[in-house]
Amino acid sequence: MTARDRILGRLRKGREERMQRDGGRGIVIPEADASVIGDRGWSRQERLQRFERWLTSVHGEVIHCETDDWTETLCRILKQKGIKRLALGHEQEVARQARQALEGKMDIALVDAARDVESWQQELFSQVDAGLTSTGGAIAETGSLWLWPTVDEPRLLSLVPPIHIAILDAEAIEDTFHDVMVSHEWAGSMPTNALLVSGPSKTADIEQTLAYGVHGPRELVVILRH
Amino acid sequence: MSQPVQTFTPEAFHRQAHDALGNPQIRANFRKAMDGLMDKRRQAFEEWDLEALRTLGASVRLRALSRLPDLLEQLEAKCEANGIRVHWAEDSEEACRIVTGICQENGAQSVIKGKSMVSEEMHLNAHLAEAGIDALESDLGEYLVQLNEQTPSHIIMPAIHLNTDEISTIMHEHTGTAPTRDVDVMTAAARAQLRERFMAADVGVSGVNFAVAETGTLCLVENEGNGRMTTTVPPVHIAVTGIEKVVENLSDVPPLYALLTRSATGQHVTTYFNMITSPRKEGERDGPREVHLVLVDNGRSRIYQDDELLDTLRCIRCGACMNHCPVYTRVGGHTYGTTYPGPIGAILMPHLMGLEATKDLPTASSLCGACGEVCPVKIPIPDLLVRLRRESVGEGRGNVPGAGVKRSTKEVAAWKSWQWLATHPTAWRGASIVAGKLRGLAPSHLGPWTECRVAPKPAKASLHTLIKQRTKHKELRQGQQEGES
Repeated sequence: MTARDRILGRLRKGREERMQRDGGRGIVIPEADASVIGDRGWSRQERLQRFERWLTSVHGEVIHCETDDWTETLCRILKQKGIKRLALGHEQEVARQARQALEGKMDIALVDAARDVESWQQELFSQVDAGLTSTGGAIAETGSLWLWPTVDEPRLLSLVPPIHIAILDAEAIEDTFHDVMVSHEWAGSMPTNALLVSGPSKTADIEQTLAYGVHGPRELVVILRH
Repeated sequence: MSQPVQTFTPEAFHRQAHDALGNPQIRANFRKAMDGLMDKRRQAFEEWDLEALRTLGASVRLRALSRLPDLLEQLEAKCEANGIRVHWAEDSEEACRIVTGICQENGAQSVIKGKSMVSEEMHLNAHLAEAGIDALESDLGEYLVQLNEQTPSHIIMPAIHLNTDEISTIMHEHTGTAPTRDVDVMTAAARAQLRERFMAADVGVSGVNFAVAETGTLCLVENEGNGRMTTTVPPVHIAVTGIEKVVENLSDVPPLYALLTRSATGQHVTTYFNMITSPRKEGERDGPREVHLVLVDNGRSRIYQDDELLDTLRCIRCGACMNHCPVYTRVGGHTYGTTYPGPIGAILMPHLMGLEATKDLPTASSLCGACGEVCPVKIPIPDLLVRLRRESVGEGRGNVPGAGVKRSTKEVAAWKSWQWLATHPTAWRGASIVAGKLRGLAPSHLGPWTECRVAPKPAKASLHTLIKQRTKHKELRQGQQEGES
């Protein structure tokens, strides 16, 4: 008999004996109201406000812009923050437009993020100033971005560089985590890795004093396109 | 100065509690931290119908437990279908062997670890070291505690017992970081030290906060990003978890996540919520090529047999019970001498280690009820503490290992005699008259009772006698009054 059989055997025995003891009732599950986790019904305005309030409360930056000229905003941010080497993909719309706007125009090296990490790990860890990614959307209730990393924008792109720049559309902000899961049918389509990101990496392990950028990015900049 | 290395055991709880109470530094560190955490938790739930949310949390956990064997099988099938290999371990020993085996198959020399209380419970690092494999903790708190050759003193904030100066000394002594009181400087130093180790690690070991049976997804909650590093950078990822961490549906995750972060640290959300459903797929650019899930029983299926103790398995490891515990706040986490300290430790560790070793832990509570009141999944912790006290004196009905360890024949005989006397009025009256007469002979020392109290002494006359006398007196007086009128 394997450990698996023994463990499952004990659990089944426990459950059956419980059923016999209390006449088939089993564990009593309290009645609960699931609406406490959804059903917010916020207006567009309120959603935007909440998203921005919560994200900035955890040290995230939100920069608003018009959808059409978001790359200008990106250029301004890159300049402001002194970013010299920006890692990004090729295929995804955000990466394509950014490349179009940046290629040859500024004194910024564009680093190809759509490569097997083994071929450029050292470079990724020590020579990239910022990573640019698109987002699946966001959650107003907690000020969270949701990301499904792809071949073009891999998992480490939003984690390893000291600054993470994320592009978000105002329409893609939903009320709650629960709403996002339901409306995008996560249960039937989970990717290799799904992420919620709410602010830059942080720790309070040294006497409860907040410090940013402990392992992941020190800064999270969200370009919010309207 | 950093603290000298000290080994704590649950057997020495009383001595350790005594030492901790006499240590003003420890008391100040914990008091300050716990006060802050209680405030932050209260604020974090301000906009919420907390009762409704806790009821939902309890119902999600109880629904999962009611279907536990089926959900574990479903989780296994889903994970395997997604390419995650699932292993089962009866106890810590077997779980360690499985993890070490996977490391050896991959020729691993070094392991980087994300925070995992189950791996602490397994004493995995020591086991790996015996096999010549170097395991490094990457959560900043765990890293500091490991450098200082200690164990975590809190399940969420492992280094809560250390203050900034102590941490500066530890980092200076063990990593050569220049002494500083600047937390940003220390954090940046640790970041640089650990980045090298992430890149060099052959295997990443993490815990799991929720395992979703419906989709075969492993969820990890964290702020630092070390969990994402651990589960993404090394070529092999091993997740270890207790069998009770499974939930039925993906939609069960949002309520538990909402409760967990707010209860634990008063955060409305953590920086990262990391959901892993498969190893790196063909064509993907990063992530581990192998993902393993080790399901650890270690006494949990035995807890599952008992209708009442089963509630222990609802726990989502937020630590709110310890943050609000007046005993934990005063004696600190190490005093308990166990992987899980505080109220949750007191109700969980007896099952994992047996009551012989942990008999004092269920008594480390004033039964004030704070732990049960703040528990996000409504575990009736005070009831379970009382139940384990009963078990330890052999009055229980369950199969807790070491039950009856505190049973004393003298005490049992004393209570039996008392019971007999109290149910036989004539004998009782006789005994109370004798006790009143011999009151001078009553002992002045009665074990722990008289350590901080005066010993009780039988009264000269019992209440019964006094009332009888009074009634007689009254009747007499009434008789006289009637005669006069």
